[in-house]
Amino acid sequence: MSALDKLDVKEGVDRDTVETVREVGGKYKYGWETDIEMDYAPKGLTADIVRLISEKNGEPEWMTDWRLKAYERWLQMKEPTWAFVDYPAIDFQEQYYYARPKSMAEKPKSLDEVDPKLLETYEKLGIPLKEQMILAGVEGAENAAPAEGREAERKVAVDAVFDSVSVGTTFQAELKKAGVIFCSISEAIKEHPELVKKYLGSVVPVSDNFYATLNSAVFSDGSFVYVPPGVRCPMELSTYFRINAENTGQFERTLIIADKGSYVSYLEGCTAPQRDESQLHAAVVEIIAEEDAEVKYSTVQNWYPGDEEGKGGIYNFVTKRADCRGDRSKVMWTQVETGSSVTWKYPSCILRGNDSQGEFYSIAITNNHQQADTGTKMVHLGKNTRSRIVSKGISAGQSSNTYRGLVSMHPRAKNSRNYTQCDSLLIGDTCGAHTVPYIEVKNNSSRVEHEATTSKVDDDQLFYCRQRGMDEEEAVALIVNGFAKEVLQALPMEFAMEAQQLVAISLEGSVG
Amino acid sequence: MALPQPKLDALDARIAALSMPEDGWPRAAREAALARLREMGLPGPRDEYWRFTRPDTLVQAEAPAAALFENDEAPMFDAFDRLKIVFTDGVFDAEASDDLALEGIEIERLAEAATADLHWARDLYGVLEARGHSPVPRPLAALNTAFAADGVLIRVTGRPSKPVSLIYRHESETSDAYLHHCVKVEAGAELTLLENGPAAARFNNVIEAEIADGGTLHHVRAQGRDHERRAATHVFARLGRQSVFKSFSVTVNGVMTRNECVIELDGEEGVAHVAGACVGDGDFHQDDTVFITHAAERCESRQVFKKVLRNGATGVFQGKILVKPGAQKTDGYQISQSLLLDEDSQFLAKPELEIYADDVACSHGSTSGDIDEDALFYLRARGIPEGEATDILTLAFLAEAVEEIEDETLAGDITARLEAWLARRRG
Repeated sequence: MSALDKLDVKEGVDRDTVETVREVGGKYKYGWETDIEMDYAPKGLTADIVRLISEKNGEPEWMTDWRLKAYERWLQMKEPTWAFVDYPAIDFQEQYYYARPKSMAEKPKSLDEVDPKLLETYEKLGIPLKEQMILAGVEGAENAAPAEGREAERKVAVDAVFDSVSVGTTFQAELKKAGVIFCSISEAIKEHPELVKKYLGSVVPVSDNFYATLNSAVFSDGSFVYVPPGVRCPMELSTYFRINAENTGQFERTLIIADKGSYVSYLEGCTAPQRDESQLHAAVVEIIAEEDAEVKYSTVQNWYPGDEEGKGGIYNFVTKRADCRGDRSKVMWTQVETGSSVTWKYPSCILRGNDSQGEFYSIAITNNHQQADTGTKMVHLGKNTRSRIVSKGISAGQSSNTYRGLVSMHPRAKNSRNYTQCDSLLIGDTCGAHTVPYIEVKNNSSRVEHEATTSKVDDDQLFYCRQRGMDEEEAVALIVNGFAKEVLQALPMEFAMEAQQLVAISLEGSVG
Repeated sequence: MALPQPKLDALDARIAALSMPEDGWPRAAREAALARLREMGLPGPRDEYWRFTRPDTLVQAEAPAAALFENDEAPMFDAFDRLKIVFTDGVFDAEASDDLALEGIEIERLAEAATADLHWARDLYGVLEARGHSPVPRPLAALNTAFAADGVLIRVTGRPSKPVSLIYRHESETSDAYLHHCVKVEAGAELTLLENGPAAARFNNVIEAEIADGGTLHHVRAQGRDHERRAATHVFARLGRQSVFKSFSVTVNGVMTRNECVIELDGEEGVAHVAGACVGDGDFHQDDTVFITHAAERCESRQVFKKVLRNGATGVFQGKILVKPGAQKTDGYQISQSLLLDEDSQFLAKPELEIYADDVACSHGSTSGDIDEDALFYLRARGIPEGEATDILTLAFLAEAVEEIEDETLAGDITARLEAWLARRRG
């Protein structure tokens, strides 16, 4: 019986909220594992393992050297301890750094050749059949008619990463027509070395932090996106990460480049089997937005959170950063964080271009023994830059949920603007909710506002709604949903439903 | 965990010229404080709570020289009837001080009381300081406990007719002063404690205050216009049931000021308010670091900090509310705001909440920006010159913090001072 069952429902938190939180945090739908033969690299981490990963991916020498440099650097680094998370020391030599389904050694040519176990995996995860076919790597599937009931504009191109390798990328041909490159990063290193060389590590440098450096040394796969100048990417792009193998760390690397005047929306989903041992996931995501480019990056993070006693679960140590290099560029991070036993994640924006914009919307739910330390950094360097942070943390059970963020206005970031709002909701008296914002203002024409109450939703809008007979809670829910809606609608249907539910919860009881 | 050698060396260099007083009952507390200090080391620029304020001038062995500030203004609180206790560069000045006698309280100097074998202050000296290091170490306070030779010990048993006023004079350009005060407010008693003056070229001051059930302590501090002085102060307060502690500081210049306030709400329905108004101009760094722990139900805490900064001045606010498990019905409020009057000034803030109880109302807000153009336009449209209009708005901005002082005459006096200072700078 979960701690939530014994809970008295308090004023401002209704039974529905408690139920939904239990549903989201309590039962894990993706906890099964696929029994499939795997190729492993030997356990542990050495320079040879780094070389082996590079070799398995068929990488050129410059890439191998890049990795080895990162590995050397990593040996001198210490694990960070400043976050409000507490977990047993990780033995980095007890992990596998590379795992690949045996059947993927050669890319299958038809549906019949694909390991049925892989197909089954995707089916169980709820990836539609049409995509499943392509995911399984069947050539020619791109040209098949869209599945019934799925309109063309709801098409989502998926790159599926199974343990260490990309299994398949859908709709590549259609994207190619638009000039968009969407492939696995291992492919990009071979096919588009000039782009990878130019941008890889330019946002998150090799020596950025302990986990990013580790990732730089051992990343096995991930997604690569390049949107050429002036192109509006014709469909949503998505990566689906699945950890399957035991004692395997997943280290994916995503690189998204939005060239001048382009637009792309990118989604990320992740699940893992239910196991008693904790597993490590250390990803790096780099986004580059050139002049007038816009990137939306949405995550529904649903790694296995561990059981009710806090056994098992994924350690999610992720570095995500966007560089708004060009003037008027825009990056929007949206995250719904419900999984992982330990989360350490700060999707950030470097607002370098004048008039560039960064946004961060986050809903983090922790339950049982989960620990989340998440937030964002908005570094304002260019003039007239704007950023907005909306973070909702919900904790239940014995969990701990921390918002940690930085807003920094540099001296030359004149006339910049930041608005931050972070609200926490606690369900039960055994959990914790913390807020650790850092605010650095180094010029006087910029305005920075940090609020931790919901009473500061735009007063005019609130007044308007209330005039029409809504009570305050309803009005605030409407307003917050209003600005969150466009983000939520960008998510695939099943994600959007889940996320919308979560938004409703996050507002519950926050007014009053 | 043992300190790395460079840190130990730095500490040894810092304390080489200091000597621990050979006194009576405080001696054990002093040695314990030194042992604590040896474990935590002096603050360094990489320490979490020193990332916004460079500790170097506060920890280096010799106090940086500070020219004496020529001042033709009447000293703060001069118009008030109060019991004056004067320290010049950290040394008690008997001639300038009043008799240490007032109905409703017992006052002694630490230097005199410390020779006795037993004293009520034994249960307070270094005790709250020691508790205050978890989870954030405050090495400068431990340094003070170990080496401060003087200060006052005040036990409040009734409601004295006038405030006790600690006056800190600065007469030597290189003085490095340490004072350590203990205040014990007995159940139902009430005291107003005033502090003002530059004190020394470098001043390290600690107040430990224990407020018993139903007791009240008002603390009003003025850190004046003295341009080159440096100060690191700590206030440690522990509050019993239904007790009240209100502390207000006004800081106007001084190159370096670090005010730390550590409050524990231990009894139900305790009330703790900490507020500060600061006006910084030029080479000025002011830091308010506040840590309030709610350990009992139905307590209220409030932090209100306002900073006006210009000509490259820096204002820092690090405020934290910790609500322990079980401290239900907590009401915690925190606001930190800065008004940046020109391009070069900066405001650095870290308003933190750490909450382990579900039935609480905690909020914090922080804003930073320029003066409101619309308001300025409004005033100018009514014929008020720009400089004066800016001052009116600046004063209105600071007023919200000054209003936190309960005594209206004191608040009025401080507002008048701020007004005069702003007008004077305008010329």
